[in-house]
Amino acid sequence: MGVLPKKTQTKKKNPKQIVQSMFLSEYFIFYLTVICFVCVIPFVPKIITRSNLLNVMSNLWPLLVVAVGQTFVLLLGGIDLSQVSIIGVTSVIGTVLMSDSFNEGIFSKTPLWGWLIGPDGGPLAGSSMAIPICILVMLLVGTLIGIFNGFFVAQFKMPPFMVTLVTQMFLLSFAIFLTQSRNVMGLPDGFKELGKGYLGGIIPYAAILTLVITVIGYFILSKLVLGKWIYATGANETASLVSGVPIKKVTIFCYAFSGFCAAAGSAIYSARLNMGRPTLGEDLTMDIVGAAVLGGTSLLGGKGKVTWTFFGVLFYTILFNALNLFNLSYYTINIVKGFVILVAACLDVVRTKLAVKISVQDEAGV
Amino acid sequence: MSEYVLKLEHIAKSFFGIAALKDVNFGLRQGELLSLIGENGAGKSTLMNIVSGVLRQDSGSLYLNGEPYQPVKPSDATDAGIAFIHQELNLFTNLSILDNVYINSFKKYPGTPIIKKSAMAARVKEVLEAVDLKVPPETIVEKLSPGERQLVEIAKALSSDPKILIFDEPTTSLTTRETEKLFAIIERLKEEGKSIIYISHILADVQKLSDQIIVLRDGQITDNDKKENFTIQRMISSMIGREINQLYPDKTNHPSGEKVLELKDISQSGIVHKINMDVCKGEVVGMFGLMGSGRSELARIVYGLDPHESGEIRVHGKEIRGITPQKAIQNKMAFVTENRREEGLFMEFTIMDNLSLVSVPEKAKTKLKIVNNDSVKESTQGMVGTLKIKCPPIEKNPAKSMSGGNQQKVVIGKWLLTEPELLIVDEPTRGIDVGAKYEVYSIINQLASEGKGIWVISSELEELMGICDRIIVMGNGEIRGELLREEFDKESIMKAAFNQNGKEEA
Repeated sequence: MGVLPKKTQTKKKNPKQIVQSMFLSEYFIFYLTVICFVCVIPFVPKIITRSNLLNVMSNLWPLLVVAVGQTFVLLLGGIDLSQVSIIGVTSVIGTVLMSDSFNEGIFSKTPLWGWLIGPDGGPLAGSSMAIPICILVMLLVGTLIGIFNGFFVAQFKMPPFMVTLVTQMFLLSFAIFLTQSRNVMGLPDGFKELGKGYLGGIIPYAAILTLVITVIGYFILSKLVLGKWIYATGANETASLVSGVPIKKVTIFCYAFSGFCAAAGSAIYSARLNMGRPTLGEDLTMDIVGAAVLGGTSLLGGKGKVTWTFFGVLFYTILFNALNLFNLSYYTINIVKGFVILVAACLDVVRTKLAVKISVQDEAGV
Repeated sequence: MSEYVLKLEHIAKSFFGIAALKDVNFGLRQGELLSLIGENGAGKSTLMNIVSGVLRQDSGSLYLNGEPYQPVKPSDATDAGIAFIHQELNLFTNLSILDNVYINSFKKYPGTPIIKKSAMAARVKEVLEAVDLKVPPETIVEKLSPGERQLVEIAKALSSDPKILIFDEPTTSLTTRETEKLFAIIERLKEEGKSIIYISHILADVQKLSDQIIVLRDGQITDNDKKENFTIQRMISSMIGREINQLYPDKTNHPSGEKVLELKDISQSGIVHKINMDVCKGEVVGMFGLMGSGRSELARIVYGLDPHESGEIRVHGKEIRGITPQKAIQNKMAFVTENRREEGLFMEFTIMDNLSLVSVPEKAKTKLKIVNNDSVKESTQGMVGTLKIKCPPIEKNPAKSMSGGNQQKVVIGKWLLTEPELLIVDEPTRGIDVGAKYEVYSIINQLASEGKGIWVISSELEELMGICDRIIVMGNGEIRGELLREEFDKESIMKAAFNQNGKEEA
């Protein structure tokens, strides 16, 4: 992973101190992932097979890119519940444009029939640039929806929970309305490569898209003035205003980025299925917010990192994978998942308290 | 019966091996007001927390009326007749006065969990009367002014009929008039035979109210004498352990005639009315007024935080329309707000991030605005040196790890890094100790000497008279008077500020 605890180079510590520093490290969730992973191996050796690990990875990329966007909104102390519907609506819009045939019996009842799509497919059917253009359109639509969310939150001081819950409902229904609940098929061959293909046979295309966006997110938060402003706005909006932080622009940016990331996730999810699907992201809310929060990002704003979210997503994906390998039913998996998240979130609270206690002791020179 | 209602013997307490109190001895007599003074961190709060059962001493004993007294929880102190009125108001603003008074002792219909209001209303009325607060017990606390809330806090304390009252900085958020009222109530409580421990930074008040004064420094009592034998000078030197010859630095600035800021007929209905004023280069302009007089509100308007309906704001002669904080900063304004915790600092952020927040966009040269870490490090470290900020390493430690005085310096420092030409400071010394106050005054004086225009808003008149070249008096949203340094006169300033109907008299 390239990220190792920074404090290991100092003098030898006894085992208790090592455990304590691991427990308090900001990469705690990463260690937990490794422990969890290792513990599962004896029970389900299949977890370390190449095909399973590839499967884990392919589940990781789309969730990561969406969760990175969510992290930006969480940093403001907000929440973006509309991401799941952005995934659905951009999935439909993107695929409708490039599909090369529609079944008239099914699609002639949709509002798109006749002016945008016909029996010969969408407007970009057969075009050599169809795939990149469609992905760009998806990203653009996602960003615009994010700007819409951000505008209402920033300009009218509406609670983000409410604004994005409304857009979530609206967009989900809108996506279903567009295709009358049908999946969009007949996509160009190249598109599914985004879900399953490898650049040079080694690096998945999905990984490239995700990592580029993740690195951009990391760069914004850690290197740019904009990042400082995002943290400041989330930690103390009044003080930020006094300090000349353009809090409205910062807020709108974060929601826009969240929408952008959701659309990028949608492209990968759609490509994996090789279809457009209005309800694509439907039950992902818990996965997205849960993974970001597990990484350590605070729901109260002002605290969080892209790297933390990465570890949160990794933990989440591996946990889910392990539960699947135990051959549990969908419901059992959700029960266990919910329980594990509760425990992990609880551990995080304990950790924070302990860290405060220890830092007080350090200051007092003990 | 012992001579003392409360007596402390050889009290010692340490936190993590650091001594906070060392061998503290004193006694409180019935009907006496004993003031406890000392710099922040001298141990006043620790001491009072021991008396009120929040903390437990490591060694030493306490006596109430000669009997050993050892509270282990706050309710023990309440039961023993000791009431603590805290510095921060601990009221639930969303509840009524009655609810607040009885929050941990609601009376109920016997055998049911249902609250019996009638059983409490009479007593609440009684205690509200005792503090001269003429509002119904059902009033929601949110609707009360800070002064009235302080009175509710006292009424709450009185409801348990205590023998000993401890006041911790009760006047911090009060206007002059509310303070006067509070003092009258304190006098009356004394006459009723209650004993009072009064903690304050405002030495003039201490001198006025006390019978006995105790000075704490570094956890030890350094001075303990009757009020008559104390001068403010002596209090200060006992507090800081060295002689300070003066409370305010010698003025070294020379106002030039060049105007940095000009306000013309600034009005916002219900807040300020036709304000005309200016601040020149190298000048320290004070603004005095009671709470609600429009002094802080005016500053917020000028800085672009709040809107105004009419009038012009000119900086260096150039009119700025539609001012926002960002425009204000571009025009070299800086605003140290009165609420350091809420509006000035990010308590969880590192000291370096706090210092650099406003100036960081300027230092980021590229189009993407990449933070220039080297320059940020260098400039913030430099500011720590310039302002003599006492703090742990600034890259790792949060703002909350510093004392109040140093926090205030960080807020000033973050603005100085933008090299402002006009500095607006609202209540710059609120809640910081004497030593730090002197340093803040010195900084203000130094900045004015460098040619910056300074606009100081304060409710402490002595402070303004000590550091300003000119004082503007505000009342009821209007300017009531303006005095040059040679005309400074406490009485006429107070008169102007208190006078509710200035126009009729003029």
